[in-house]
Amino acid sequence: MNIKSMAAFAAEGSSPEILFWVGCAGSFDQRAQRVTKAFASILEKVGLSFAILGKEEMCTGDPARRSGNEFLFQMMAYNNIQTMNAYNIKRIVTTCPHCFNVLKNEYPALGGNYEVVHHTTLIQELINDGRIQLKEGGSFKGKRITYHDSCYLGRANNVYEAPRAVLEALDVELVEMKRCRTNGLCCGAGGAQMFKEDEPGTTRINFERSEEALATGASIIASNCPFCTTMLSDGVKKFEQEDNVQIMDIAELVAASLK
Amino acid sequence: MVLVQQVLFLLVSIFAIALFARKISSIRKAIFLGKKESINDRKADRWKQVLFLALGQKKMFKKPIPAILHAFVYVGFILINIEVVEILVDGLCGTERAFKPYLGGLYTVAISFFEILAALVLVGVIAFWIRRNILKLKRFTSPELQGAPLQDANRILYIEIVLMSMLLLMNAADPEANFLISQHLKPLFSNWSESTTHLFMRITWWGHILGIFAFLNYLPYSKHLHIIMAFPNAYYSRLDPQGTVANMPEIQQEVLYMMEPATAPATTDAAPMSFGAKDVTDLSWKHLLDAFSCTECGRCTEQCPANITGKKLSPRKIMMDTRDRAEEISAQMDKQGNITPDGKSLLHNYISVEELRACTTCNACVEACPVGIEPLSIIMQLRRNLIMEESNAPQEWNMMFGNIENNMAPWKLSPDDRDAWTQS
Repeated sequence: MNIKSMAAFAAEGSSPEILFWVGCAGSFDQRAQRVTKAFASILEKVGLSFAILGKEEMCTGDPARRSGNEFLFQMMAYNNIQTMNAYNIKRIVTTCPHCFNVLKNEYPALGGNYEVVHHTTLIQELINDGRIQLKEGGSFKGKRITYHDSCYLGRANNVYEAPRAVLEALDVELVEMKRCRTNGLCCGAGGAQMFKEDEPGTTRINFERSEEALATGASIIASNCPFCTTMLSDGVKKFEQEDNVQIMDIAELVAASLK
Repeated sequence: MVLVQQVLFLLVSIFAIALFARKISSIRKAIFLGKKESINDRKADRWKQVLFLALGQKKMFKKPIPAILHAFVYVGFILINIEVVEILVDGLCGTERAFKPYLGGLYTVAISFFEILAALVLVGVIAFWIRRNILKLKRFTSPELQGAPLQDANRILYIEIVLMSMLLLMNAADPEANFLISQHLKPLFSNWSESTTHLFMRITWWGHILGIFAFLNYLPYSKHLHIIMAFPNAYYSRLDPQGTVANMPEIQQEVLYMMEPATAPATTDAAPMSFGAKDVTDLSWKHLLDAFSCTECGRCTEQCPANITGKKLSPRKIMMDTRDRAEEISAQMDKQGNITPDGKSLLHNYISVEELRACTTCNACVEACPVGIEPLSIIMQLRRNLIMEESNAPQEWNMMFGNIENNMAPWKLSPDDRDAWTQS
């Protein structure tokens, strides 16, 4: 893919409409990279001019802050804000709800003021504006799909409807889990749990959540977060359903349904 | 005889109210053991929280059955207290049913209405007792509720049963009254002489008002304090998106000095500070207000993914521990006049590292709380102390910290490869 960086735009003396904040998972994790590419392909298709920070992007500091390492968080935040302010960034879209939350809610107090949207919200807006054109009777039409609310998009930021509206636009048969929206159950990755073993317990959180998702009988679990995607994939494997049930990001579903 | 009762009533009232006021001022002191934090922005939004969360009980209705039962008790409690005004007037003036002559037929309607409420309170309270003691719902059988907390909960239910029964029996024993529900209790006294019935009526009248005073004074020692604290707590509860973690300006400043040494002052006489919270005195006063507002309903713990999957963490226990510790320090202060180290702290002695480590910061506990308590905010402050004061982190987290610092990502991967996906 030919993805331009902010540095390349700056060298031309121009700037893109929006910065695509890829995030660490989206940059390095092989599964999440597929989501990154899917989302970038959507932006390319609709002709929205965007850039990435590329090598200049750093971890937002989310896992550091939430594990209690405020010092490390502040260092990452300082560097990222310096970089983005130097490029005079106005608008950011990101495929990671953890990055979304930090950029939107926590950087303003540190001098980083941007309009931040999560990719599911942007996709929904682009569908509404007719800029994303979906295939008639796309491959997900009528498919039984359940949607997993990530904590940092849902409860943390009250975004519940945009991802569901996208699924509706894809004509899928949306089945809700019992614990959804404000009552959605965490996948188990947040609060830096992604980077450590579980504390002793009776089961793992991602097993509990995957079991609930599988019980809906859906063939696809739609997600909006790279960490949820990993956790749920592991959970589905635990129940040996990986051949029957896929975990797909909203961006992947849309990218596969573009006209 | 009437005069003796009047004087007695006056003395008991003064005593009960003074005792209550003293305890409330000690709770106020306990709450302000916490650090100063200014919360007085967006007043209109805050009053809205009081209106919807506390008064309107918006979040209670996520669970319809307990919400309806709770509404019976709540509405009954508030409206029946109007009748207490008459009881106070009667007690002080030596009258019986002082408002009756002024209201005429309306009086019977009003008292009958209160009787319906009293009956509904009884229904609610008995249902609560059954849910807790017979059905043993999971929410009420967690380890942190064993012993004193269960006794506290039941004691409140028993007091309410006694209060409502006294009210109905008092009305039934009144020969000149015929109210909607209590009239059906009149056969109880059919064989009693007029003077015995009147004596019984006086006894239940005294029983009711003494019960109310006892209830008032038990309240501050109980989880039931939420009937008062829910209101200020809703007012001061968070308006920002729940995902926002409180900033630490002191560390922000340190990092700025490190990155831009020119901005740092030449000398600093700032006292050394500690980061995060080790004890309740390191928390904000709002955290402690949260703790005193908690009625231990367990909606937080029921929603907590860590607790659901058998981990030690229970957000309700975090709140109970915080209150217990604040009360412990406050009692020491009352005895000794100042805070003296007792070798204990909220972190470790009350809340263990294992509990704190299990939190996914998912905000389910915060979302679940009907009165706007934030267990997560306390967990975050304790976690900060563990990491930044004790350097107490699991090995995997230390590796993650190292990776973020050196590779700008939580994994040990080269920062040069951050945009490698564009090439594949």
